[in-house]
Amino acid sequence: MKLFKDAGHLFRLAGVFLLGTLSFLAIRAFVVPHSFGQYGHYRGAAIAEIAAHPVHFAGHQTCETCHSDIAQTKSAGKHAQVNCEACHGPLAKHADDPSIDPGKPDVAVLCVRCHSASAARPKDFPQVDADQHSGGIPCTTCHQPHNPVIAAGGAK
Amino acid sequence: MPGVEGFMYPNEISLYWSVLIVLYPFITGLVAGAFILASLERVFRVEAVRPTYRLALLTALAFLLVAPLPLQLHLGHPERSLEMYMTPHRTSAMAMFGFVYLWYLMAVLTVEIWLDYRADIVALSNSTTGWRRWLYRILTLGSQNVSERALHIDERVGWLITLIGIPSAFLLHGYVGFIFGSIKANPWWSSPLMPVVFIFSAMVSGIAAVMLLYMVLMRLRRQPIDMSCVDTIAQYLLYIFIIDFSLEMLDLIHRIYEADESFRSLDFMVHTRLWLSQVVLQICIGTLTPILLLFLVQVTKLSVPVRKRIYVVSGSLALIGIFAMRWNVVIGGQLFSKSFLGYTTYKMALATREGLLVSIALTILPLVILWVLVKLLPPWPEKRHAPLPAALAAD
Repeated sequence: MKLFKDAGHLFRLAGVFLLGTLSFLAIRAFVVPHSFGQYGHYRGAAIAEIAAHPVHFAGHQTCETCHSDIAQTKSAGKHAQVNCEACHGPLAKHADDPSIDPGKPDVAVLCVRCHSASAARPKDFPQVDADQHSGGIPCTTCHQPHNPVIAAGGAK
Repeated sequence: MPGVEGFMYPNEISLYWSVLIVLYPFITGLVAGAFILASLERVFRVEAVRPTYRLALLTALAFLLVAPLPLQLHLGHPERSLEMYMTPHRTSAMAMFGFVYLWYLMAVLTVEIWLDYRADIVALSNSTTGWRRWLYRILTLGSQNVSERALHIDERVGWLITLIGIPSAFLLHGYVGFIFGSIKANPWWSSPLMPVVFIFSAMVSGIAAVMLLYMVLMRLRRQPIDMSCVDTIAQYLLYIFIIDFSLEMLDLIHRIYEADESFRSLDFMVHTRLWLSQVVLQICIGTLTPILLLFLVQVTKLSVPVRKRIYVVSGSLALIGIFAMRWNVVIGGQLFSKSFLGYTTYKMALATREGLLVSIALTILPLVILWVLVKLLPPWPEKRHAPLPAALAAD
């Protein structure tokens, strides 16, 4: 018993650690969401929450139901694989209510986002130094954005 | 593009890991090194280094408390760091480091310091007044038992904790090396020698730091420096420095002989962008010079003032050299392109969250914490309240 008496402080230290561990487990039980780990290392309920988010993008099939002429022009050109909303932005609201005017994209900003010259882009990808190429004239003066090759008829 | 030479992929142009990530292994290394120095006295019974035993433990604690701060500042959202404890991610080396850190802080260092200081804490809880009395009383955990047998038990348990602490200290810093060494996509880091090199360089920096701190604090206290103590520390510093340098050279020779597809690119980098920080600062000034100076002390009979100056110079150069080593690992590993055809530049910011001023503050902060710890728990042998247990006194 003398050993226990002289080692009493160590038991107190062990008690502090035990208290700390129990507090940690209690806090953990309180703060870790119940659905954590349901499917993987994330909160399972997050899937339903994300699914409930409002839809912003309508999807190109929705666009094409009304704008079939544009879809046809686009399918013949180099931008065939570029989605409508990649340039026009998310337009679910416009699809739900066509009276909402989506406005036209600012070509001075939009075109150079993909076509400004950069060593990181593939060599055969069309890229230009915008200032030298057009000298400030809007791209749409010469290029029709839905089928940008000038030989195809130029801007309309 | 300014600062970029040759071909860089777009996501390689600016560095993600800044000077704070240089500071993180540097500070962690000081912790592990200081603890190994303390264990020399406790486990290996190198009695000459006894005057620095407690100072080494407090230094390790002060730096360990600051070690996660560079990461917190680098990542932002410090509140999220607790999630690695709440929802542990067992396949992430980075996330599991939280447990290695916690183990070392709580199960090793704090317990060892508490056991070693317990008699002092009890004495101080009775001799002080005001808030200090309350603080010491809390630290006693309500036990005033400082009987010879109780202290003997403390000594034995402390010895066991130190014994566990040595592999723990190796684990703590080996893990930091492992985090770099296990990144197989980066040829500058990917090396199984990395954890070993990190451990030995940590021991060099920790031992040099405690040696310098001891000499500076003794001067500030106007007390004589125990020369047999610093002579012994310098001797161990030399031995470990030689092992550390040999390991680094082994890694270098291995890379040169193997000469894999990354070699030409890395070789070019060492001869250009890293020339100053690696060859000049790390190898010549920070490694060879202190090794030669410490070797000189071993083979010649120099007077005490000269030895002191040599120790201060070689200790400071060792710290600069180890910092340069961390810099070259962390920054060097991000300067070259995965295409092996281009190089970028790291420009350190001044007054940003990851800038120079924050780094300087994080380097000074452990010293401030150490100052507080030294005031609360004086590490000086003459202020030791506990009589040595009979079993030890007989040794």
